[in-house]
Amino acid sequence: MSWLHSVVLLPFLYALMIPFLYRYASRIHTGWFVLPLPLIIFIVLGSWLQGISEGETMLYTLSWIPAYGINLSFYVDGLSLVFGFLISGIGALVVLYSIFYLSKTRELLHNFYVYMLLFMGAMLGVVFSDNLIGFYLFWELTSISSFLLIAFWYQRKKSRNGAQKAMLITVSGGFSMLVGIIMLHSMAGTYSIRGIISQAGELQDHSLFVPAMIFVLIGSFAKSAQFPFHIWLPDAMEAPTPISAYLHSATMVKAGIYAIARFTPFFGGTGEWFWIITSVGLITLFWGAVNAMKQTDLKALLAFSTISQLGLIMSLLGIGSLALAVQEEAEAALYTTAILAAVFHLVNHSTFKGCLFMVIGIIDHETGTRDTRKLGGLMSLMPISFTLTLIGSLSMAGVPPFNGFLSKELFFTSSLSLEEAGVFSAGGAGLLIPAVAWVASVFTFVYSMILIFHTFRGKYRPRRLEKKPKEAPLGMLISPAVLAAFVIGIFFAPNVLAHYVLEPMVASVLPGNAGDFSIHIEAWHGFNTELFMTIGVISLGSLLFMTWNKWKGIFSLFPQVYTLNNAYASGIFKAEQRAYSFTNLYMSGLTRDYIQYILGILILLTGGMLFFSDNISFQQIDISTVEVYEILLAAGLVAGALTVMLASKRLTAIIAVGAVGYLVALFFVIFRAPDLALTQLVVETVSVALYLLCLRFLPEFRFRETARRVQIPNLIISLGVGVLITCFTLAAQGNKLFPSVSVYFEDSYELAGSRNMVNAILADFRGFDTLLEIMVLCIAGLGVYSLISLRMREKGDDGEN
Amino acid sequence: METVMAFVIGIFFSIGTYLILTKSLLRIILGTSIIGHGALLLLLTMGGLKQGEAPLLGMGAAAYADPLPQALILTAIVINFGTTAFFLVLAYRAYQEFKSDDMKKLRGTEHE
Repeated sequence: MSWLHSVVLLPFLYALMIPFLYRYASRIHTGWFVLPLPLIIFIVLGSWLQGISEGETMLYTLSWIPAYGINLSFYVDGLSLVFGFLISGIGALVVLYSIFYLSKTRELLHNFYVYMLLFMGAMLGVVFSDNLIGFYLFWELTSISSFLLIAFWYQRKKSRNGAQKAMLITVSGGFSMLVGIIMLHSMAGTYSIRGIISQAGELQDHSLFVPAMIFVLIGSFAKSAQFPFHIWLPDAMEAPTPISAYLHSATMVKAGIYAIARFTPFFGGTGEWFWIITSVGLITLFWGAVNAMKQTDLKALLAFSTISQLGLIMSLLGIGSLALAVQEEAEAALYTTAILAAVFHLVNHSTFKGCLFMVIGIIDHETGTRDTRKLGGLMSLMPISFTLTLIGSLSMAGVPPFNGFLSKELFFTSSLSLEEAGVFSAGGAGLLIPAVAWVASVFTFVYSMILIFHTFRGKYRPRRLEKKPKEAPLGMLISPAVLAAFVIGIFFAPNVLAHYVLEPMVASVLPGNAGDFSIHIEAWHGFNTELFMTIGVISLGSLLFMTWNKWKGIFSLFPQVYTLNNAYASGIFKAEQRAYSFTNLYMSGLTRDYIQYILGILILLTGGMLFFSDNISFQQIDISTVEVYEILLAAGLVAGALTVMLASKRLTAIIAVGAVGYLVALFFVIFRAPDLALTQLVVETVSVALYLLCLRFLPEFRFRETARRVQIPNLIISLGVGVLITCFTLAAQGNKLFPSVSVYFEDSYELAGSRNMVNAILADFRGFDTLLEIMVLCIAGLGVYSLISLRMREKGDDGEN
Repeated sequence: METVMAFVIGIFFSIGTYLILTKSLLRIILGTSIIGHGALLLLLTMGGLKQGEAPLLGMGAAAYADPLPQALILTAIVINFGTTAFFLVLAYRAYQEFKSDDMKKLRGTEHE
């Protein structure tokens, strides 16, 4: 155990205590008890900042299943520390916010905080884990706790649907991640991420390299809501707003980003990695921005905006991975800027998006709606919220003096740098990538303006609102205000952040290039292309926003049927339908069908084996002579059996069965088995008597199978079984591999004192068989007795169903 | 003789299978009886036929028939009998309760 282990495991332990605190300290809002925990974690992490920024790392291991190389090893470097700060810092703010957001009397607070602490611990585990199995464990725990949190208001159908969708998509992605992890393990021979990274470059030609990469990427994309797995995120907005702010903007959706950044030193520098991440990121960036514009629900708008911004970070990570592929230092530094932009925007996005979600929650809380068509004119009524929204939105749009501006400028710089790229024919995409990025930024600007103006400006329509709007309580405003302060603070002092946080982060994403790397971010960097691009974004964006009412009809031109959501829903629906009708197809409930399947497969498998195996031959060794009377008796057996089959009266059939039984006894006589003959005679007599007894109660054969449709498959299967058994008997007959052990039974008189060998075997050599056979008879007798005499009439409707 | 027996056993299994695949309850039980007989003969045949005398030591014979398959068959006969008896009573009770011996009708109403 170490401090690091306590940091990760403390939330889990604390979660155990929450229900008691809720129960026995019910006068105080449970959130107050939770609040210290993320603060403590934040402070503990803060105490490591100095060391980490000087390039130190920490690794602590706790044995879990050492025999398989599975341990809880936690590793801290720049990348994981920053994520740790985001998780604990925004976690603390969200807890504070939720204290004022969630009612003490109406909500199940203990559930809420238990799930949330579970999530917090899981997320810390994801970012600090060095062992991939531990990483996967925490990864799935985040999925589960997110599922629980989305469906926090489980009585609402939409919440349940959103939770189910998020669960299905992220857990499928998680499985893909697990497959990737197993492939990585079999490639590198270790579960340690650092161990795997240390083999980077050696394994690039391994046949599992690309498959492992693709599985890891699918897992990360599903978690980080990248196209086309983004569809779960807008539906996850049914969660309480503190959760949307925490999980679905600042932390969980960045787990995929974290995974990709973490694996960049291993997979990065290959063409596949660069192309997949960059293109998926750009598509997501564009698609999210387009969709965000048409939303009327503020949270849905923010959800698509989150998707779009995550796409931006993703594409930057893709561009940055080129730094590992190029040789020249100047060129590598250019791509390193992309990684810097990615991690910088990651931090910025967490601040402004968390702030925006909280403000939207305030609006929802104070007016009763989040619909932009109902809201408007709230500026003078909620001035503080308005200011906070303004700060967050303008930062999101990339306008100075907010931190979004800086990271957007860096984004343009890196996308422009691709034009000169010499590897993986990335230069071919030259102008396309900056162009897409630029258009997406314009859209981003438009929806940011929609967010501000449609909510706070325009006409105030009090009748459409459920409540009379007023400014939120102070406690609710603290958290978004703190985040907004960061938004502005980072703009004015970016280099403090850059030195302590971003440099070690970039160093852990690109380990080789970090030696003499220092970052200097400037808000003003002269008149260059990036600045003109931003001016273009602002002017075109403003123009588009002014004319919004004229062209917003364009969205209705897109057919609503062909959306990814519909594809997902109908996919699920069709899968269910198909599975249902397929099961109905073969599960007929009719015993005959099942016996046909069983025997059909038996014939195919065993018969096929007999037919295709060369080792089986038909030989006639040690064959005994055939007498005429034996042939006659055999014919009698066959005739008896046929009579049973063809008899139209049950009495005939029963007598024929008796005849067959007695003929079998006769065969036992011929083949020197006196005990068998005796038993068979007695048993057959009793059996026939039983059949005849049943005759009294069972009806005459009433059904003749006349339909060919039924008869022909029956005939084929039964003939097949007969032929198979015959072939098998013949094949086995000629292939005796070793002599029988039965010569030893000839000592039965000396050993067991019996001259009858069969009886000696039954009672002495193999007495256990007999014991159990007696038991079978007893059970059958008891069964018969209970069937006849115990009649449980069903009482009411509670019979077995 | 083993070859002849192989064909007889095959025919028994064919007929038994055919009976099991019909929809009358009693025929199904008759089918299991026929298959049971086929199995007994199969066991005996695989042990080798007519090689030596009956396995009784007092006879002073030079060679004896293999006693092991016989012991196995004896066990099988008894178990076969037990199950047949149980099946018959089960069929009787099923007919009494459901007034049908048609397997198609006996598959239940809860069929989904």
